Amino acid sequence: MRPLLLLPEIVVFVGGLAALLAGSFLARRRQWITRVVAGVALVSAAVLAAIALAGSDLMAFEGTFRVDTATGVARLVACLGTLAALGLAADELADSPRESESYALLLFSTTGALVLAGAEDLLVLGAGFLLTSIPLYGLIGMARTGRGAEAAMKTYLLGALFGILLLAGVTVLYGVTGTTTYAELPDRLAAAPAGAVAAGTIGLLAGLLFEAGGVPAHFWVPDAAQGAGGAVAAFLTTIPKIGALLATYRLVALLPGTLDWPVFVGVLAAASMTLGNLAAYWQQDPRRLLGWSTVSQVGFLLVPVAVAGASPLALPSLLLYLAGYTVTNLGAFAVSTALPDRRELASYQGLGRARPWLGTSLVVTLLGLVGTPPTVVFVGKLTTATAAWDAGLAWLTVLVVLNSLLSLFYYLRWIEPVYASGRSREEAGEEAAEEAGEAAFVVRPWSARIAVAAALLSVALGIGAGPLWAVVTGR
Amino acid sequence: MLSLVVFLPLAAAVVLAAVPALGHRVAAWAWVGATALDLALVVAVWAGYRTPAAGRLAYEEQVPWIPGVNSSYHVGIDGLSLPLVALTAVIFLACAVYSLRDDDRPRTRAALFLFLQGVSTGLFVSADLILFFLFFDLSIVGMYFVIAGWGHNNAARSALKFFLYTFLGSLALLVGFIGLYVYADPHTFDMVELAAQLPLNGSPVAGGWVLAAIIVGLAVKTPTVPFHTWLPPAHTDAPATGSAVLAGVLLKMGTYGFVRIAMPLLPQAWRAWAWVMVIVGIVSVLYGALVALAQTDLKRMIAYTSVNHMGYIVMAVGAAGLVGNGPAEARSIAVTGAVTQMVSHGLITGALFLLAGVFHDRAGTYDLGAFGGLAGPAPRLATLFAVGAFASLGLPGLSGFIAEFQVFTGSIAVAPVSAVALVGILVTAALFLRALQRVFTGPEAGHSAGFTDLRPAEAWAVGALLLLSLLIGVLPRPLLDVIEPAARTVAELVGR
Repeated sequence: MRPLLLLPEIVVFVGGLAALLAGSFLARRRQWITRVVAGVALVSAAVLAAIALAGSDLMAFEGTFRVDTATGVARLVACLGTLAALGLAADELADSPRESESYALLLFSTTGALVLAGAEDLLVLGAGFLLTSIPLYGLIGMARTGRGAEAAMKTYLLGALFGILLLAGVTVLYGVTGTTTYAELPDRLAAAPAGAVAAGTIGLLAGLLFEAGGVPAHFWVPDAAQGAGGAVAAFLTTIPKIGALLATYRLVALLPGTLDWPVFVGVLAAASMTLGNLAAYWQQDPRRLLGWSTVSQVGFLLVPVAVAGASPLALPSLLLYLAGYTVTNLGAFAVSTALPDRRELASYQGLGRARPWLGTSLVVTLLGLVGTPPTVVFVGKLTTATAAWDAGLAWLTVLVVLNSLLSLFYYLRWIEPVYASGRSREEAGEEAAEEAGEAAFVVRPWSARIAVAAALLSVALGIGAGPLWAVVTGR
Repeated sequence: MLSLVVFLPLAAAVVLAAVPALGHRVAAWAWVGATALDLALVVAVWAGYRTPAAGRLAYEEQVPWIPGVNSSYHVGIDGLSLPLVALTAVIFLACAVYSLRDDDRPRTRAALFLFLQGVSTGLFVSADLILFFLFFDLSIVGMYFVIAGWGHNNAARSALKFFLYTFLGSLALLVGFIGLYVYADPHTFDMVELAAQLPLNGSPVAGGWVLAAIIVGLAVKTPTVPFHTWLPPAHTDAPATGSAVLAGVLLKMGTYGFVRIAMPLLPQAWRAWAWVMVIVGIVSVLYGALVALAQTDLKRMIAYTSVNHMGYIVMAVGAAGLVGNGPAEARSIAVTGAVTQMVSHGLITGALFLLAGVFHDRAGTYDLGAFGGLAGPAPRLATLFAVGAFASLGLPGLSGFIAEFQVFTGSIAVAPVSAVALVGILVTAALFLRALQRVFTGPEAGHSAGFTDLRPAEAWAVGALLLLSLLIGVLPRPLLDVIEPAARTVAELVGR
């Protein structure tokens, strides 16, 4: 059994339970205690994960859960990412009626993502899917706005649909192979009828793509990013992807060569990045823009999944990209939650002068998402694009690069107003009005700090890519 | 030592950006101080420079960066990069001096320019493709903010066009680099190793595609026809110092890439594409000159002469790939001419753009028709502009002549058709003389009345650049002694 191998998951889950229970007994002014509880749980889980990362590749629960470098990195990134989301929530939810419930749901969903990340059995995969997605529905609806309700409904319906597809996929694969553990699946899948294997796998991929927010199961992402609260939006566009994409990687790696799965996943990746980029172009709300941008980022993240096993760079580059994406995306969302009332790109006019640190953080994180060196996402993009060509999918490399260019269009639409105030300086009257507007840049402290920290970290991790690479390759 | 040259401006930029309390005067002088110190370091590097063995670099430093893909922080210089490193230091110092009296957010501007200086120097000393790409991309980001933040008229739009266009180029470059990496065995991004390995010699199809990607990337940056359309708006709307840096330093990144990356790493593919390069070069020369002739806007005119001057370089590097068409000596002369032209164009066009900035500063326009008889109220401006114009059209005694003479000697010897490009020199001469005549001679007209002549800071900045051009024109040996061995090596490498 070796349940202790799952200690980080257990700690996060128990932390969620503790936050929930404590929240029921605490006065509203004292709900911050539950935040501390949740934070302590996440930090302990991260520490435990870091310790486990130094160990060797182990299996828990009769070979249904793998504790290897990939699981370790996912645990570390997911726990610290949720911690950052918790920091954003501190500004937004403090003393609100749903505070402790929100923290509990965040931690439950994180546990689900961690289960997905290590799953080595189709049934565990199904459990992880449910544990990740069900708390999300509640979290999105927690905003209690019209948009929030719509987004929660949309997510719930799509989640139900794709959840059924995933479970159907599990059933079909179990039916044709007689097993659900990954250790036995490859041989039996190769011997099973190709049509049934394809149908089952497509069902599984559909479910995981819903969790990751990739085409064609992405419709809920922009709505949820726009309608949910800022902290929840930052969480749901980041943490579930870690589990879902790692689970997809493990699944694709064991598929037999009876069908050309690399090309299939490669096409999904291309569709995700292209559609996400094109749709993001017209958005006016920064959060919705980021929502679409995450759809395109999933496309980039699917590139190493497509070449799973075909290039030695595939898994390390996936992990590195996931870590970099988490930091950078959380940073961009943190800028938006630091200025929660500015929901138009144009309303960022003059931020660069009024709040230089925040403005710089926004530029660094957005250019980071484009893949500008020396940020960590650049290193991720470089290694994933290289992995694709290395595995013989040169066309995917070209698409990655072209889509990076496409993405620059809309990120620049957000960057432009931040520094745009310089041009009208000759018109004195306008300048006075502008200064009045700039004075109104009241920022939420925790979000602003997290934004600056994330921007610094994204650059530091890019420059320190050597040690980071050593971590993700397990050396 | 090289790292110090690269990171000193970057460190100064961080300090200037992070300390908001600095006054305008302090920031402006700090900028001058940092650039002067950097130039002093470059002079020390030049003094200690000994030509390295063929295929090696001087002042090498190497630290692993992304070990998974064998990319490292690898820097070093040779005869191709040293002149450009020096050029970068000189131009940025000139810009710092020129801006001493400009009170438009001097602290952030100084920080931004120091950042640009660091990344530009970094690019010229990179010996790793990813490091090269990093600096290439950051230079685009920096220049975007210079144009968007300190430009005029349609600055936001021009900056956007510049960013998107050159970003496309940089991404094409990245595809090419990944291709080189994938075909190399063992996989590496290190230029020195790749030059020794020649990963794509022997696979002409893949080599052709990889070179095509790299050429597109570099051609956008250079820019050559038909990828030049971002250049005129970017120059017109950029501030004077921004234009000087863009033309003087950033454009060189494209042409430098040809001699540093495309030719030594992909010699076989380069030889196959050499005729295309020669023709693109000739077309750029003629097109740039003719379109410049049609301009009424001073800055657009200078911008198009840049297309023309970059065309000579492209033609020369193309000619250097025509192995077997003439004496090997000629190909090496063509490369020497190309590198000399990079330095010469940087100095001259940098000076001309700074002078163009004076027109906008005093009169708010670049329209050639808005001035007349300006030599009366502004004799210093008239003198320096005339020297710059004569240098640009290739008058003997100035650096442009040394460069273009070698470009043509080398190119015509291997590809006689290059002689067509001589027409370009004629047209450039015509357009500069016409501009001089319209603006500076005749009765005072338009904005000329009450035009304030060059202030000392402006005169010193421009004068120093032109003085260097004169010095190279009269005493070219010290420069050529550095360039020639490296050019010979490149010509040999292309022949492999």
